[in-house]
Amino acid sequence: MDTIPFEHGLLLASALFALGLVGVTTRRNIVFVLMSLEIMLNATGLVFVVGSSKWGHADGQIMFLMILTLAAAEVAVGLALIIQLYRRFKTVDIDVLSQLKG
Amino acid sequence: MFESLGLLPTFPLLGFLTLFLAGGFLPRRMIGLIGAGSIGLSFLVALSIVMPFLSGDSEEVRHVVYTWLSVGNFESTFGLYLDGLTVVMILVITGVGFLIHLYSTGFMIDDPSFSRFFAIMNLFVASMLILVIADNLLLLYLGWEGVGLCSYLLIGFWYTDPENGYAARKAFVTTRVGDTSMAIGLFLLFTQLGTLDIQSLLVFAQDRWDIGSGFAIAATLLLLGGAVGKSAQLPLQTWLPDAMAGPTPISALIHAATMVTAGVYLIARMHPLFELAPNVQLLVALIGLATLLIAGFTAMTQHDIKRILAYSTISQIGYMFLGLGVGAWSASIFHLMTHAFFKALLFLGAGTVILSLHHEHDIFKMGGKWRQLPVAFASFMIGSLALAAFPFTSGYFSKDEILIGALAVEGVGLWLWLGGVVGAFFTGIYSFRLVFVVFFGESRGHHDEGEVTGLAMALPLFVLMVLALLGGFIHIPVDNVFSHGAALVATHEEHSVSTFMHAVMIVVPLLGIGVSYLFYCAGVFSVSSLMKLPLAKTLHSFWYSGWGFDYLYKLLFISPFLWLSKVNRRDVVDTFYAGIVVLSVFGNAVSVRSQSGLLRWYILSIVIGIVLLVSLGAFL
Repeated sequence: MDTIPFEHGLLLASALFALGLVGVTTRRNIVFVLMSLEIMLNATGLVFVVGSSKWGHADGQIMFLMILTLAAAEVAVGLALIIQLYRRFKTVDIDVLSQLKG
Repeated sequence: MFESLGLLPTFPLLGFLTLFLAGGFLPRRMIGLIGAGSIGLSFLVALSIVMPFLSGDSEEVRHVVYTWLSVGNFESTFGLYLDGLTVVMILVITGVGFLIHLYSTGFMIDDPSFSRFFAIMNLFVASMLILVIADNLLLLYLGWEGVGLCSYLLIGFWYTDPENGYAARKAFVTTRVGDTSMAIGLFLLFTQLGTLDIQSLLVFAQDRWDIGSGFAIAATLLLLGGAVGKSAQLPLQTWLPDAMAGPTPISALIHAATMVTAGVYLIARMHPLFELAPNVQLLVALIGLATLLIAGFTAMTQHDIKRILAYSTISQIGYMFLGLGVGAWSASIFHLMTHAFFKALLFLGAGTVILSLHHEHDIFKMGGKWRQLPVAFASFMIGSLALAAFPFTSGYFSKDEILIGALAVEGVGLWLWLGGVVGAFFTGIYSFRLVFVVFFGESRGHHDEGEVTGLAMALPLFVLMVLALLGGFIHIPVDNVFSHGAALVATHEEHSVSTFMHAVMIVVPLLGIGVSYLFYCAGVFSVSSLMKLPLAKTLHSFWYSGWGFDYLYKLLFISPFLWLSKVNRRDVVDTFYAGIVVLSVFGNAVSVRSQSGLLRWYILSIVIGIVLLVSLGAFL
């Protein structure tokens, strides 16, 4: 059976990364920013897996496990910060965080 | 022993330093002791130098204390020079200075700034001594500036009254104009002759410059500008009457006996230069003549006791300038000395009057004081007799010599002599007007005051009385100084002056005294009937205002200057620097927009940065 070409995997990963990036910079709701961040992380994980498939090692998949763990921890902390933000400002719009202005 | 020449200004300088630094902590007696004692010590040093000098053979003595500047070809030292002229000056300065300091220990006893007074007085005497014993013009200029500074500080001594500050600034700025002229003269002399050492300079000038050469004229004119400023002659005479705002002892010391004679000293010291420029020398005489007449007219109309004496000083220095201008150098210096005696006597006497009558200055509020103020009366009588050149007083001999010298000039000599005689007439009038109004007649006020005297105040007055009477018999040792070259003609020659002219010179001041007697004592004529004549009031106010010079200068210089500073209030030159500021503020306003504080903006900028870096890495 024909394997999916290597380049296609990288392309998909880059597309996902770009989408995530756009989401991070464009969304006003901080929850969606976190979600976009997740997409970016998953895109990098995809690159690892595709690479490990190309060269036949399992290292990439193990790396993917690490990335997932990292993502989980980060989301935990991020959500805690979101709750702090909500308690302080009564909104989840990140544009209120402009006290570094000037 | 001429090394002790350096000690002369050192004692007053030490006195100044001590009183300036520690004066607040010392008791009054100590301050008076240090203040007057330093000048007394200087006087003793001066005597100890002068005696051997006079009995020795040398004409001049030089002693270099310290090299001040040595740059390329130019060297200036703290070099000291002693000759006959210097002898007269240092004895007058330290002698009369000591008497005035002694008087001040009594006069200023109630003043809260007692130590500051003596500190600055000592600095003044030190500067004046440096001025007269300097052997190069740069050191002379140092002394010149020093006396100007001390004059400013002392005129504005009671600085809490803004009028005094104004008078002090007026004096300083007016003399500054003269000082600038003198400085330019020094530059000219240096660039042309290569040295500022006085004796060498005079020799070079006589070798290189012809009589009437442009350089000589320019240099002497510039030096004359300086002399005119310091000595309060036309056109820079306006500061002296206002300088009477200061305490009376300083009016005596600075504005009668010493500082105002600095200009006369300068011209006498540089006399060979002036002989190289006869036109300028004639100008000196004309300035002297004009000033003495103008001041004479004004003195007759004043009613403040000190202002009368101030205008009298201006007038007498006019005589000295007249003498210098006609080449009667020794006569002028002789008059300088006798003037120091009788003018100091008059001012100190005036101080006694003012102090006794509780700071009353207006003579028309006094009258009949000869019983109440005997010592002051004696001072004024003797001083005024000397001032008016009553026969055989010191003033008589010196003024006579100047007028005889004036006759020797061909052409205008007779007119100069005539002007001097008219001036003597006025001198008789105004000096005795003062005496008669204050001391005779009925008392117009202050009936009960007794005289304020103590030994400190009376002793100097007595010494000065003796000097004013007998000082005319002192022979000043300046013959050697003025007997080189062209000056040989004009010194101590017996001019063929007719007995008639001698008689005129004796009688005219007596006429003046007589006129004054008829007006103010005997009541034969009265001023109020004179004032009813047409134009009398205009003339009177014109003369009273010092011939309108204050008004003229205000119109020509002060008002335009003030207008200009008002117009330039926002300072045109400053706009360049303000422009730089505006530019930076604008730049800041633009840059600060990038600090929006928005999280997404920062994230975006990081992303853009990464993209740029990666693409740079990929394509390079």
